Amino acid sequence: MQSTLLRRILTSKHRRWLIIAPPLLFLLVFFLIPFGFALAISFAETAIRVPPFTDILTVDANHHLHLVLKLSNYRYLLTDEVYALSYLYSLKTAFFSTLICLLIGYPMAYAIARAPKHVQSILLLIIILPFWTSFLLRVYALEGIIREHGLLNQLLLWLGVIDSPLKLMHTTTAVYLGIVYSYLPFMVLPLFATLEKLDHTLLEASGDLGSPPWRAFLDVTLPLSMPGVIAGSMLVFIPAIGEFVIPSLLGGPGNLMIGRVLWDEFFGNRDWPVASAVAVAFLVLLVAPIAVYQHYHRKDLEGHV
Amino acid sequence: MSDRPSALLMTVLAIGIALLYIPMLVMIGYSFNASPLVGVWGGLSTHWYAALAANDQLKAAAWLSLRVGVVAATAAVGLGTLAAISLVRFKSFRGRLVLTGMVNAPLVMPEIITGITQLLLLISMLHLLGWPHRGFFTIVLAHVAFCTAYVTVTVQSRLSTADRSLEEAAMDLGAGPVRAFFDTTLPIIAPALASSWLLSFTLSLDDLVISSFVSGPGASTLPMVIYSKVKLGVSPDVNALATLIIALVGSGVLVAGVLMRRAERQRVRDLQLAGR
Repeated sequence: MQSTLLRRILTSKHRRWLIIAPPLLFLLVFFLIPFGFALAISFAETAIRVPPFTDILTVDANHHLHLVLKLSNYRYLLTDEVYALSYLYSLKTAFFSTLICLLIGYPMAYAIARAPKHVQSILLLIIILPFWTSFLLRVYALEGIIREHGLLNQLLLWLGVIDSPLKLMHTTTAVYLGIVYSYLPFMVLPLFATLEKLDHTLLEASGDLGSPPWRAFLDVTLPLSMPGVIAGSMLVFIPAIGEFVIPSLLGGPGNLMIGRVLWDEFFGNRDWPVASAVAVAFLVLLVAPIAVYQHYHRKDLEGHV
Repeated sequence: MSDRPSALLMTVLAIGIALLYIPMLVMIGYSFNASPLVGVWGGLSTHWYAALAANDQLKAAAWLSLRVGVVAATAAVGLGTLAAISLVRFKSFRGRLVLTGMVNAPLVMPEIITGITQLLLLISMLHLLGWPHRGFFTIVLAHVAFCTAYVTVTVQSRLSTADRSLEEAAMDLGAGPVRAFFDTTLPIIAPALASSWLLSFTLSLDDLVISSFVSGPGASTLPMVIYSKVKLGVSPDVNALATLIIALVGSGVLVAGVLMRRAERQRVRDLQLAGR
């Protein structure tokens, strides 16, 4: 009986669920359902107990189920301006560091795309290799360069460019430097992929028709490389906006990016309901628009990367 | 593109590459510095490596991270391959949209959000079920979740270009579907499996944010220990540790790259022979 049932399961159309179910169930439990918990806890209140928040679902003595959703955490997000400011600050920091990456990464990708084939693969390896080494250690390595007695200040002092060491550590400049340094390869690779495929005869044609090189660049190269520009910008902007390690290690107290606010709310204040509300708001305001955009432009992005 | 890039372009490229490498080279240099002060060269010394070898906290953390990385990467390759097969081979099934979303979302999800939500799940589970206590196991679970996404995306693109007729031919010759898959398709996607294992392993080994949320007392991964040391100030032994990690990962990636390129060439040659 049992063996026929087993055989029926194994031979029927349902057999494919043996393949689908494990990853589907695992990701449901450990990736999707956690967001449900965060949403639920964002409607709870802090309490001095374990876990440190009130239940939103309670059963009273008469076996009545009570669902209490407190909106106070969300109201708090609106009244305490640190949250709105850090959202905007994260947006601004991510935007400008993406722009700097683009300005440095574009000529780099262009140079690699124009290099001879055998040099190209070596250059690509050189660009990719830092990505494989630890992100945390690279941020720490940057600290060795820009700290007060770091290499940069010593060099500038020795050259006589400055009289006293520049204060770079724990400043906004350091945060930008950190993000650009860490995410530059993400910008270069998709740009290279589109620039490499660029039809060079188009440039020659525009040259033959009398366009100066800069005009040919603006009219031909730049528009054709837009998919790479968008893909690369996404790859830098998305991790930059939720960045925690860089503002925490290189930034100062003023560099309140949302990732850092979340971390402090969790480990410093231990206010988990408020932290959950911040996370939910972050998701709705910043991550969801990016995900929707990517969903509708996936074809464009995939076609070129 | 065949004409030579201009001098200006080459200069920007050189500066960009220098920007990427100078900090790491300087760190490697400092790891051999006898002086504990950054910026003061006290002569060549390897005593930070000796200090490293004597640091039990770092050794325990490194051992934990390696174990987590191996287990998480292996599990993620298994689950991610199943997810990739599901998405490429089964065109419609209940939950397909959800699965697609769940393998793409971690790529755009800030780590800190993933970490917080997973911690809230684990806390609630512990409260309701009395299990699991945070530590090695919960770090592995969290790492498997985000690594699976990267594995799925990598294997999916390889699998969708794999020629299915080979598998059908094997089945025509009497092989069962599982046997046919293992004999024909698996060798084709093997390089993708190897590179996604390597990617998962390095992502797991490097993860600070998610691990910090889901680990428990007494289970500090290597990045967690490094972060707290660096946060407190200069610690020259971290330079030595970083040098070792960079040497290890760098040579690993280079060897893997050479092996994979060789395997790819072999495959192309096989296909050409088969075509003839």
